[in-house]
Amino acid sequence: MDINTAKLKKNAFRVTKERGLTASRIRVPGGHLEAKYLGVLQHIAEEYGNGTIHITSRQGFEIPGIPFDKMDAVNEALQGIIEGLEINQEAKNEGYPAAGTRNITACIGNRVCPYACYDTTALAKRIEKAVFPNDLHFKIAVTGCPNDCGKVRMHDFGIMGMTEPQLDPNRCISCGACVKKCEKKSVGALTMQNYRPIRDAHKCIGCGECVINCPNRAWTRSEQKYYRLTLLGRTGKKNPRMGEDFIKWVDEETIIKIILNTYDYVKEYIDPNAPGGKEHIGYIVDRTGFEEFKRWALKDVVLPENAEVMTPVYWKGIKY
Amino acid sequence: MGFHVNESQFDAWLTEQRKTYDIYAPMRYAGGNTFSDVDCIRYGKVSSISEIVFDKKSEYSFKEVLSPISQTLFFFTENEKKEADPPKKGAIIFLRSCDLHALKRLDDMYLRNGPEDYYYKRIRDNIKIVLIGCKQSFENCFCVSMGTNISENYDMSVNAQGSTYAINCKDNAWNQFFLDLGASRHLVVPDQVHENPVKVHIPENLTPDVARASMWEQYNKRCINCGRCNFVCPSCTCFAMQDIHYCDNANVGERRRVWSSCMVDKFTDVAGGGSYRKKNGERMRFKVLHKVYSHKKRHGCHMCVGCGRCDDICPEYISFSHCVNQLENAMKEVST
Repeated sequence: MDINTAKLKKNAFRVTKERGLTASRIRVPGGHLEAKYLGVLQHIAEEYGNGTIHITSRQGFEIPGIPFDKMDAVNEALQGIIEGLEINQEAKNEGYPAAGTRNITACIGNRVCPYACYDTTALAKRIEKAVFPNDLHFKIAVTGCPNDCGKVRMHDFGIMGMTEPQLDPNRCISCGACVKKCEKKSVGALTMQNYRPIRDAHKCIGCGECVINCPNRAWTRSEQKYYRLTLLGRTGKKNPRMGEDFIKWVDEETIIKIILNTYDYVKEYIDPNAPGGKEHIGYIVDRTGFEEFKRWALKDVVLPENAEVMTPVYWKGIKY
Repeated sequence: MGFHVNESQFDAWLTEQRKTYDIYAPMRYAGGNTFSDVDCIRYGKVSSISEIVFDKKSEYSFKEVLSPISQTLFFFTENEKKEADPPKKGAIIFLRSCDLHALKRLDDMYLRNGPEDYYYKRIRDNIKIVLIGCKQSFENCFCVSMGTNISENYDMSVNAQGSTYAINCKDNAWNQFFLDLGASRHLVVPDQVHENPVKVHIPENLTPDVARASMWEQYNKRCINCGRCNFVCPSCTCFAMQDIHYCDNANVGERRRVWSSCMVDKFTDVAGGGSYRKKNGERMRFKVLHKVYSHKKRHGCHMCVGCGRCDDICPEYISFSHCVNQLENAMKEVST
């Protein structure tokens, strides 16, 4: 048996424990898909695999137990899903063109969740369109609000939804619900003055608890959607660590631009001897220093007026 | 007189009226609701018929026009005081039959419940009503049970029929305006609802004894005392007074009255530290019996008009109509 393992890995297959068998990895940007595709996955698993499916930690599917010679058939069977989920592809019926840049994960977002500040799946898909396919090892996750159910701080780029609460003082009935909820569930950015809430804009994390708990639409959401962008969280054997804040009150356009700029930065500075051509971005930043990263990341970026850029950024994490 | 008018004819009338009136109607506030990317339908000033939302119930009622959420009564500084100016213009209010019945309840409270309320009356004396016809019942409506599904005391009615508006006008000057516009004349009757999926039965033998029934206890835990049911209610009128000393000069300030809610904490706080109806079930009982018992004793009609907005908005899915329908069994419970 002669198999080019580098080629199959770039095609979203895997070298598994069991000799001769591979597993197909299916990305689901934003973690939300039409139920009909589950039938396709079932068919592939039963026809070519061992009849089981693993739900991956990155909101995709992995179908194990596929003989190497069935990879072409699996790729053909996957075509409907790849098209349905609008994943960039180089050639039809040849599966996924890369696997380095991982599936963009998302919490369920505002299609369902009352707390979410935006449609997380839609943003995940938008980012996916901009960055995929790419061999470089990038992990991106989006989450609807600062509760961070998407655990985005464990990613290279973590995107948390924010809203900038707008107060119509004439609709406020002084019930104090916003102040209480902000204190107990969030950061305590609200105080009462003359029977009405005052918002500490610097303290506010844009979670929207005040809006959610206002009974009279005195607090509403800003028309503009904002995000907190966190940087370079990671798991791994060397130095796992949480992502740190980079920009607060940033917009979608800017986030995508920064991510694309970072691909350029990584191409310039990645360790040429990195195993498998993959290196967590954080280790590269450790070498170049944060300021050099920032210079690349913010190239040609026009930030929203109220954006707060944290600089310098330091990471800690676990050292073994 | 009845007419069928198109959008531009209706807007010509609105433009004319806006010289002397602010036009208040249910409109869409894009993204203006509790959850993200959800619109809010509530009252605001409109300048075109196209801004008026006819196919949905407004979440908040028209009452904020007559009883502003926050209303400054007067300003004060040192030895001087100045009464707050009334609105510069009168108001034309677009509302549905249930809400027009609620207007009578507001009048009951502000004009016929002791001395007339000066600040209410000066707005009330300068309003005109455009009745929005209801083709069908919305979710949670129970106007038929409350006898509020039909109204006659409007200045004009409007049935939205796609791009045509069928109006029935009782105001002579307005009739003339539409005749001059060349609007086509038709016989028009305001659309009315004659049956709601939700029906409410208020027992005839209701007495304050029902307060002892066990039904109220369920609300101790279910209700979160947010007050939304009060704020959306077209017939709730409670307010609290606030004296404000401005932050950068405490010698200047204002007195305002602001909506309050019998469901929210502090409503019953009294001097000396007393506080009543601490349990949410007790607050629910107080509110429900005010709506379907005590107002009628004083004013001859139930305060509740069956608009169902309280059911629409309750984040805990507590249904007022369902609560009222438990009263019959509750009376049996306390009578035995």
